[in-house]
Amino acid sequence: MIANNLPALLVVLPLLGAPLCLLFGRSRLAWLIATLIGWLGLAISVALLLRVRDGSVLHYAFGGWAAPWGIEYVVDPLAAFVLVTVSLIGALVLPYAWRSIEREIEPEQQALFFPLLLLCLAGLLGIVITGDAFNLFVFLEISSLSAYALISLGRDRRALMASYQYLIMGTIGATFLIIGVGLLYSLTGTLNMADIAERILPLTAKNTLRTAYAFITVGLALKLAMFPLHLWLPNAYAYAPSAVSAFLVATATKVALYAMIRFIYSVFGVEFTVAQMHEDWLLIPFAAAGVLIASIVAVFQHDIKRMLAYSSVAQISYMLLGIGMFSVAGLTASLIHFLNHALIKGALFFALGAVFYRIASTDIDAMAGIARQMPWTMAAFVLGGLSLMGVPPTVGFISKWYLILAAIDKGWWLLVMLVLASSLISVIYIWRVIEAAYFKERPAAAPSVREAPLALLIPTWLLVAANLYFGVDAAHTAGLAGEIAVRLMETP
Amino acid sequence: MDLQAARIALALALPFLGALGIWLSGRTPNRREAVTLSAAIALLLTVLSLLPAVLAGERPAWTFGELVPGLAIAFRVEPLGMIFALVAALLWPINSLYSIGYLRGNAEKHQTRFYIFFALALFATMGIAFADNLITLFIFYEFLTFSTYPLVTHKGNEAARTAGRVYLGILITTSIGLLLPAIIWTWSLTGTTQFREGGILGGYLDGPLLGLLLCLFMFGIGKAALMPIHRWLPAAMVAPTPVSALLHAVAVVKSGVFTVVKVLLYTFGIETLQGQSAADWLLYIASFTIVVASIVALRQDNLKRRLAYSTISQLSYVILAAAILAPLSLVGAALHIAAHACGKITLFFAAGAIHTAAHKTQVSQLRGIGWRMPWTMGAFAIGSLSMIGVPPAAGFLSKWYMLVGAFEMQQFLAVAVIILSTLLNAAYFVPIVFSAFSTPRPDDAATHGEAPLPMVIALCTTAALTLLLFLFPRIPLQLAEQMVGYAP
Amino acid sequence: MALLVYYNYYVVFFLMMAGFYMVIARGNLIKKIVGLNIFQNSVFLLYISMGKVSGGTAPILLAEGGHYSNPLPHVLILTAIVVGIATTALGLALVVRIKEAYGSVEEDEIYAQDKDA
Repeated sequence: MIANNLPALLVVLPLLGAPLCLLFGRSRLAWLIATLIGWLGLAISVALLLRVRDGSVLHYAFGGWAAPWGIEYVVDPLAAFVLVTVSLIGALVLPYAWRSIEREIEPEQQALFFPLLLLCLAGLLGIVITGDAFNLFVFLEISSLSAYALISLGRDRRALMASYQYLIMGTIGATFLIIGVGLLYSLTGTLNMADIAERILPLTAKNTLRTAYAFITVGLALKLAMFPLHLWLPNAYAYAPSAVSAFLVATATKVALYAMIRFIYSVFGVEFTVAQMHEDWLLIPFAAAGVLIASIVAVFQHDIKRMLAYSSVAQISYMLLGIGMFSVAGLTASLIHFLNHALIKGALFFALGAVFYRIASTDIDAMAGIARQMPWTMAAFVLGGLSLMGVPPTVGFISKWYLILAAIDKGWWLLVMLVLASSLISVIYIWRVIEAAYFKERPAAAPSVREAPLALLIPTWLLVAANLYFGVDAAHTAGLAGEIAVRLMETP
Repeated sequence: MDLQAARIALALALPFLGALGIWLSGRTPNRREAVTLSAAIALLLTVLSLLPAVLAGERPAWTFGELVPGLAIAFRVEPLGMIFALVAALLWPINSLYSIGYLRGNAEKHQTRFYIFFALALFATMGIAFADNLITLFIFYEFLTFSTYPLVTHKGNEAARTAGRVYLGILITTSIGLLLPAIIWTWSLTGTTQFREGGILGGYLDGPLLGLLLCLFMFGIGKAALMPIHRWLPAAMVAPTPVSALLHAVAVVKSGVFTVVKVLLYTFGIETLQGQSAADWLLYIASFTIVVASIVALRQDNLKRRLAYSTISQLSYVILAAAILAPLSLVGAALHIAAHACGKITLFFAAGAIHTAAHKTQVSQLRGIGWRMPWTMGAFAIGSLSMIGVPPAAGFLSKWYMLVGAFEMQQFLAVAVIILSTLLNAAYFVPIVFSAFSTPRPDDAATHGEAPLPMVIALCTTAALTLLLFLFPRIPLQLAEQMVGYAP
Repeated sequence: MALLVYYNYYVVFFLMMAGFYMVIARGNLIKKIVGLNIFQNSVFLLYISMGKVSGGTAPILLAEGGHYSNPLPHVLILTAIVVGIATTALGLALVVRIKEAYGSVEEDEIYAQDKDA
């Protein structure tokens, strides 16, 4: 009974858990419930991944209404892979947050954190698992609305404006998405994604289809912060509480990216997107510009959280590059980076959150000389940073390897140089932090700090360990990503 | 896992475990140093235990695992790697002895951190020496860069930080910017990154593209310090002398030239290159580096900087010898890796001993110091002989092979460069030795004697090794000949 | 005449652009939200008008059967309206807190305050 309903449970559990947590307010119990749900989610995702590991596809008719009338949940290897990534980060953020939000959210608002995070998690998991285009929009808005609220919990008043801006941009993006979905519905008379994919094959010459495609891609590009539609991202991630930044950076933009892959590859099909819409000409230049410009801007940031936010824009552009190559190698690179970037940025934001916990700032000047007092935290930051640069044996290296390999296979040497240049720029911005933390003297006036509490260090180091482990033993992740890429390229 | 594979694993594990042990025993200096020394000696014994099999023609191998499908982290001991591993493993215990004297004599801070990263650097060096494919080599190559960064910036002051930036900046830029794409390109072309006798690129590329790939590799291997990417080496001289000695005379720079030779031999293949004009420019750049670095060395008054530029020039000997593409010159290249290591470490040890005992760093201050520090300066003289290439020092042997190879291939430019640079080497080393043993200035009121005993023992040992390598070159020679498939 | 058949789309796109323009051009945070609402509502119209079958009635089960409009867009838009309300509510709540924190709802004044700080 339970085994058959796993896909539904994955979404329903956090959705029900959210109001339950709210009942218990800011208490251990609320935290326990949330954490339990987070870990259950991870367990379910892993179970689902194991079930579809052989390449099969799980269909789950929600409420017993068969597709295409009812809403269908579809778990294929790609969805399972993303589910595991998202719920892994969720499962680690929840234990981390207990101590972290103590310092970063006003006491009277702390009770809101766990319900909102669970809602956001439910929305994100829903986007990934659903096979229905309109349902996808609803889940996207569930996750986005709770993300706006989570960001506005930040103590800095600028968090409010950041959240407001994100709300405006995000809503425009989501509305674009439903316009596109509506147009698709008017063409095909169905909302089931697999169904749409079948029915649009004879319609590819229609202008309505092209319009629908344009609206959907632009809408999703806004949500996933594709350069130059990324303007909401740096402020939002810089002023949000660290636990929120860590969670969103590793999951929210990724899931929008997943939706983009779904639409481009599965719904519209490579044939249409490349031959007719020339999606590669759209993605590659913008992504290339994003890689370079966002990396350069990151170098000049004073606030390290903001710096990492810009770096995320560059990293998302890496994934877009891979998607835009429309080759198995490129997609493989994107998908691997999907997981790897979540691990890298999660570790970095966790480490920064631990720094913030002690010194109440993430400004580079405030971090001067703290490595001596917080050796474990800063060591985690250094390892995460090395992974971001793409130094072996970390996951960042694996990502870079595949991306460069894909570019070389295409013969795009300029792109190879660009990716390498941006890695080198990332060395600069990470090393600024390392030099500040290790070489500068702690100002005499600054209060002396202690190492961060274990409740923060353990999740951080778990992610760091994952960075190293999957950097050495990437056979499984890379193998899975490769298989998924082959499937995606094969779908008509 | 058979016995040989276990030995390789042990050779990699020992320095790593050593680092762990040093960290755990950091609070008691005596125990910490005992751990360092015993790890070093155990490593030496392990590497030696691999020697008979390699000499007998076996190639012990061990695969650690697969990084991604098709890319393995694998190790295989071939003759060139054996020479390199032997040199590094032989000099680590000696250097540890020296470090103990140096760090205590100069009351350096953060000694535990120093020993930990030193052991980690050796771990990386072993990985490089035994790597069976480009990707394994690259991983350890990068590891070496990062594990030596805390050593270079050991003093933690502004100068160290700037030097650290140059060091890391150049090494990372070249390795990520050039070496990594070269490796991925190779993999994309051939579907393998393994080192194979005769190379793997034959038939895949020729003409300008082959030259481009060669260019990516040669400048990507920044640790080989070809001009114009040599600047990190003098910059790294801010480090404490034991670091300069082992890392910037042995482990780091030799990893560079070792990788160069390995890539030329086993990735490109001598025969692939012989038919092409691609390798010519390498010859020119190496020649240029040899001569120019020697001239720059001539003008340096700081002893360590002079040694640094001498290192740059000597490294290019190895590259030059490899670029001649004659079997005999390759034997010379392999021998030079060992010969230069023993000679240069002696010179650095001596420089450090002078710094510890007399607090002098400039060449012009050394007049008459030989009478106060006879052992140190005696060893220095032997090291200098080896650099110049005069018997009975090991440097003579390698230069001899290089010259013979150059004549055989009728590369007269190389011949001229070797002879010219020999003169230059003499010009910047001989005066130091002479002034050290001339009468001290009358106003010289120095009262110091020799450096602490561990340092003197260390530098005498390496000087002796330099001589022994000349007198009994059988083992390295045999290995080098196996490497080029040349039976005497 | 053929162009007039699609008059519903003209209305939709006029509203859409009007709303979009307000979001972009207005500096007042509340007006932006109003614009956002108009923008969203235009999409609701798009869906509803799309589902209309000429001559069709409301989709109620009648004994004699017959013509009725497609009910699915209505259902979808009910959901979308809920989402829209939630967005508006959250947006306005944010504006209230922004007003508390900055004492203004004008974008330029708010940014000026942060620049000084």
